[in-house]
Amino acid sequence: MQERSQGDDAEHRTGSPDSDGSNGPGDDSVNPLIEDLLAGKHRALARVITKIENRQPGYRELVSQLHQHTGDASVVGVTGSPGSGKSTLVDKMAATYRERGETVGVIAIDPSSPFTGGAVLGDRIRMGSNVGDMDVFFRSMSARGSLGGLSTATTDAVKALDAFGKDRIIIETVGAGQNEIDIVKTADTVTVLVPPGSGDDVQMLKAGILEIGDVFVVNKADLDGANRTVQELREMLDYRDGGLPRTVGHHGADAAGDVHGEDDGTETAGWEPTIVETVADRGEGVEELLDVLADHRAYLDRSGEREKQRRARYAEEIRTLVREDVNELLAAEIEHRGGIDSFVKQVRERETDPYAVADDVVGPIEECLSERRE
Amino acid sequence: MSVNQEQRTIRCLVAKVGLDGHDRGAHVISRAFRDAGFEVIYSGLHRAPEEIVQAAVQEDVDILGISILSGAHDTLIPEIIDGLTEYDAFDDTLVIVGGIIPDEDEEELKELGVAEVFGPGASMAEMIEFVRENAPERE
Ligand code: B12
Ligand SMILES: Nc1nc2c(ncn2[C@@H]2O[C@H](COP(=O)(O)OP(=O)(O)O)[C@@H](O)[C@H]2O)c(=O)[nH]1
Ligand SMILES: [Mg+2]
Repeated sequence: MQERSQGDDAEHRTGSPDSDGSNGPGDDSVNPLIEDLLAGKHRALARVITKIENRQPGYRELVSQLHQHTGDASVVGVTGSPGSGKSTLVDKMAATYRERGETVGVIAIDPSSPFTGGAVLGDRIRMGSNVGDMDVFFRSMSARGSLGGLSTATTDAVKALDAFGKDRIIIETVGAGQNEIDIVKTADTVTVLVPPGSGDDVQMLKAGILEIGDVFVVNKADLDGANRTVQELREMLDYRDGGLPRTVGHHGADAAGDVHGEDDGTETAGWEPTIVETVADRGEGVEELLDVLADHRAYLDRSGEREKQRRARYAEEIRTLVREDVNELLAAEIEHRGGIDSFVKQVRERETDPYAVADDVVGPIEECLSERRE
Repeated sequence: MSVNQEQRTIRCLVAKVGLDGHDRGAHVISRAFRDAGFEVIYSGLHRAPEEIVQAAVQEDVDILGISILSGAHDTLIPEIIDGLTEYDAFDDTLVIVGGIIPDEDEEELKELGVAEVFGPGASMAEMIEFVRENAPERE
């Protein structure tokens, strides 16, 4: 197993323009775990992600210290129904990035069993192409019964991989519902797998995933029905955007509607959702897929979309955290005042009413804030 | 649920190493651990020691459970332990072994740092209890 070049990495970090900034409010000392992570220690990276997943006391400080070291990685989300070949494809994507000299981080999310909280996380089994290559950092995550928290945890884990210095980050998640869509939306580029003729592929696309896909992969292109699936997909995407999606992939450029509006130089057209055919288990079409992902990155930069994306995301992240923190603060305050049940009792007995209770609880906070502002 | 609420879960890697196709035990254990509320990562068959090390380090598992019925434990398990040590991961990972291990080898494995060995017929409840009691305390 090769240890990554730790010296190089540390140098890169201290040389980064904003490394003299502070590490978050009120504390200038870098946490030793973060120091180790920035120095390229795999164990430290793994442990930081664990603390993020566990929401362990102190994890917030860790994530805030990571922030200034992030922003260099590209993030691809890979989604699709169970068994569509996501993990197999991610493995081959990682191997191909490595051939191109890039380092890779993978977060693979598996839903956990809702009854016991336990889970068998099966994505790692497919990681056969990157044996012993520590420059592919693969991490399995479960939902732990709280999908809402999961997209925050995923965002934070991506920051850890980014700060560690990974060039390419891939998030694999089942495209089952809104929560998963929220997760995959945190990626710069969203890739949707559609296996041929599976019946539930169309179902899945209805669940809102068609709208968020930048790249569509008809995987298992070796199976019967692949051509028809490409055709159906093209029609659906055509309907979505009113433009003809282009198709690339292992069957080559034989498909009609190839390379539509790609090189006409005008940027008003936006991004044409692209269909790529792959045979993931044989690695076919993977080069083409990575090229399309590179095209999409270039598009994000040229068009200013990346800037927009980033701004929107930071705004959303700030809002989520503030909302959660305030919720927690207020839950504690309610508890302190005798708990929600005692308020309910007073409301039922017509001693007070819900609005009055809310004013009562939130009022002091408002007062405190307006005093501080002056 | 709150983004700040602590949610700790025991994570285990169930690993099959070397040219050993016996995977029933590994499957049974994976399912039992899952049902006990653990997060289980199953390595799949025929993994090299370095792959197991890579997985244990990256997944930051509390428990590494090696299932081995091929008789090659005396060479493969020391390699795994060395690899974990190299990545500073041995001290806070509980290593347990299951499968076909002769008694005299069991002693040797324990000297190397294997916490416990479970042979055929070992009770699920006992194994789960062992994991719960001995999962490493981590800061
Ligand atoms: C079923 C079986 C097979 C099946 C395997 C099917 C499969 N997919 O698993 C088949 C027919 C394929 C097979 C083939 C062979 N087998 Co075979 N097989 C067995 C047999 C009869 C039962 C194993 C079994 O599945 N038990 C049921 C499971 C649930 O039990 P278990 O694995 O022991 O797991 C328990 C514990 O060990 C422990 N445990 C196991 N793993 C883990 C992991 C963790 C983390 C924990 C906590 C606990 C734990 O908990 C489990 C529950 O109690 C054993 C004999 C025996 N009685 O053990 C021989 C046996 C294992 N096989 C043996 C041999 C030699 C072979 C072959 C080489 C035969 C040949 N010459 O072709 C091949 C090799 C195949 C290969 N590629 O590796 C020998 C091994 C000898 C040795 N190690 O010195 C045995 C012991 C038979 C014997 N007495 O000679 N075999
Ligand atoms: N025929 C065929 N099978 C594939 C292809 N890609 C993956 N598979 C198989 O599909 C199954 C599910 O793959 P997996 O990657 O686990 O899917 P996931 O659940 O979406 O992550 C496995 O048995 C793979 O070997 C492909 O291109 N062609
Ligand atoms: Mg998968």
